[in-house]
Amino acid sequence: MTTSTATARAAAPASPRRAGRSTTTGHHAYLFVAPFLVCFVLLFLLPLAYAAYLSLFKDQLVGGTVFVGLDNYTRALQDSLLLHGVLRVGLFFLIQVPVMMLIALVAALAIDSGLLRASRVFRLGLFVPYAVPSVVAALMWGYLYGPDFGPLAQLGDRLGFTAPNLLGDTWMLASLGNIVTWEFAGYNMIILYAALRSVPAERYEAAAVDGAGAWRIAWHLKLPALRPALLLCLIFSVIGSFQLFAEPNLVQRLAPTVVNSSYTPNVYAYSLAFTSQQVNYAAAVSFLLGFVILVVSYVMLFLTSRGSRR
Amino acid sequence: MPIFPAHLSRRRLLTAMAAATVAAAGLTGCSGSSEPGSGPVKAVSQADIDKAMTTPTTVTFWTWAPNIEQEVAVFEKKYPAIKVDVVNAGQGLDAYTKLRTALKAGTGAPDLAQIEYQYIPTFSITKSLVDLRPYGAAANQAKFVDWTWGQVTGPDGEILAYPQDTGPMGMLYRADLFEKYGIEVPATWDEFTAAARKLRAADPDVYLTNMAANEAAGWHGLMWQAGSKAYTVTGSTLGLAVNDAASKKVADYWAGLAKEDLVSTDPDFTDTWYQGFNSGKYATWLTAAWGPSFLSGSAKPTAGKWRAAPLPQWDATKPVAGNWGGSTTAVMAGTQNPIAAAKFAEFLNTDPETTKMFNTVQNFFPATKALLTDPSFTGQKSAFFGGQQVNEVFAGISGTVDVGWQWPPFLDQAVKDWTETTGKALADKADTAAATDQWQERLTAYAKDQGFTVNAG
Repeated sequence: MTTSTATARAAAPASPRRAGRSTTTGHHAYLFVAPFLVCFVLLFLLPLAYAAYLSLFKDQLVGGTVFVGLDNYTRALQDSLLLHGVLRVGLFFLIQVPVMMLIALVAALAIDSGLLRASRVFRLGLFVPYAVPSVVAALMWGYLYGPDFGPLAQLGDRLGFTAPNLLGDTWMLASLGNIVTWEFAGYNMIILYAALRSVPAERYEAAAVDGAGAWRIAWHLKLPALRPALLLCLIFSVIGSFQLFAEPNLVQRLAPTVVNSSYTPNVYAYSLAFTSQQVNYAAAVSFLLGFVILVVSYVMLFLTSRGSRR
Repeated sequence: MPIFPAHLSRRRLLTAMAAATVAAAGLTGCSGSSEPGSGPVKAVSQADIDKAMTTPTTVTFWTWAPNIEQEVAVFEKKYPAIKVDVVNAGQGLDAYTKLRTALKAGTGAPDLAQIEYQYIPTFSITKSLVDLRPYGAAANQAKFVDWTWGQVTGPDGEILAYPQDTGPMGMLYRADLFEKYGIEVPATWDEFTAAARKLRAADPDVYLTNMAANEAAGWHGLMWQAGSKAYTVTGSTLGLAVNDAASKKVADYWAGLAKEDLVSTDPDFTDTWYQGFNSGKYATWLTAAWGPSFLSGSAKPTAGKWRAAPLPQWDATKPVAGNWGGSTTAVMAGTQNPIAAAKFAEFLNTDPETTKMFNTVQNFFPATKALLTDPSFTGQKSAFFGGQQVNEVFAGISGTVDVGWQWPPFLDQAVKDWTETTGKALADKADTAAATDQWQERLTAYAKDQGFTVNAG
């Protein structure tokens, strides 16, 4: 999960005050966004356009580069390795994200309820894994999962049962899901918690006056207030899940025959580009992946917004 | 130390990380095709060479050999006009990825680079290596072990690099465990199987060896020993037979041992694997000549218990070995100073002083005949190996490495497809010989896609 640009502020309900401001000062505004725009164009749009351009060619070891139009895309659409990768991250998304969101939600509500004693410690403790670089996280968990010397395996040894091979075929996806959940539950919790803090205190007072208990407040007041923030977390998770790369790429070293070069679409694109020297095809695969993410994100938005427009 | 595959490199992890966020945007470094670098074979005159070697020049040398500045200093002392700029651009795959990117970009590539034997065809197919024949390379042939010269010779007789160090394969074994359980040092693979059964029955915590299911390089060394002709290159026609009889023999053999649970298949150069040596889980390591010094640094608690021997043989009357690792020095196409670069490569790998330093400073296993027969080298006693003259063992093995083995022009792909077919089958205790057919199938498809004409077998 690589998206980290959003701040908690984005989750706060949009302020309606300044929406229709006049445009006379608009020219100056461009000056202020210029640094961003320059970087955006140079570091994002240009490479993107170049990758799109590359995806229309084919570079061979023998014969050089030829223009092939959309051949790379039609090939990718029929590529069973890519399809399996997409299905795998799809499954990952369906199972890991709800678990992670539930943990984040419960934690945010618990901290916000004011009933926890050491809520600051708790909040920090849950968030710290997000501050750990995913390289370190994957290495650490890789050690914990180790089949011979990992603590889990040793515990199993002591208690007289065989611990499942967490780096084996059967458990790998769950093991990766666990790493990702550990890393990002705290991050999502902070977003949700920030959204909860922005609920005006008057509403709680009103609810209390009306005789609502803590559970009713959570259910009828806090959850609806969290809606936009939850949606934001969900979209981040769609992107993060489908772009899953760092964790499998690192765990690959520990279980090279389990996490293969097409385990997730991003791992596949990376391997195509840097191992197989098929940069052009890798570009096409990446674009298709981007398209899949776009579609899934849109479907998510559509489903959730339809639900709210009653 | 020459080549333990770059699994361990932190830098590589970081490079990978950098690519994480940029699935599409990251794929921008490469386009276009490279210019042919080698001209017709016409010797450069001695006058030109003298002129080049006295004109102040700086050449850049990418290498991951530690402390190689010491050898470079010897060269610079002899040729004060030439300055060699040593750059560590990462080890193995890291370095190659950067090298490829620089070569494709057309700027930033070094004059010289350290390249492992198995990667020479991968770089010569893109015409990235300068043919060293015009610079008098052929005269050095007799100085090098025969098979190393075969490795640096291209399909049309080009000389593409100078051998720097080698990794002929042998067997390191735990003499204490062998003695404890009454096991003779196996001379053939059949004896090896019998020893594995005996040891496993005697001590269920020990495996006779670990055949890492991710170690394509070591596996290729065993195919090499078995006489496989997996890759044969002539022009753009490529002979591919990674599932030939010898390859299947190796696959069947190891699959048999794995299925019977007589050997483990843990991935190598991982924590588990290091601990396996330290805790005595593995009683042997089938490794290369750089293995002894590597192991003595990684398994200190077992010092004094190890000994070295040749690999078990398929035919005990005709001992053969394969090679795993070792590097060369190649001159990169596009260099502005081909003479100085070629002469530096030559000096570095043929001068008696520098080649000796490769052994004493970097612990490299030599590629030159002179050093391999030098008593000061072969007579070294290693305390880690109970005072055994390990160099002598491996010097003997070096002479038995088969000369005919060739590498494919796309080694990364061959390794990747091996891991996902043959390696996986080995780890899963499945039909590994049948998996070599899949390997062949995938590699053939890739080669055809890359424009090669493919001959099976």
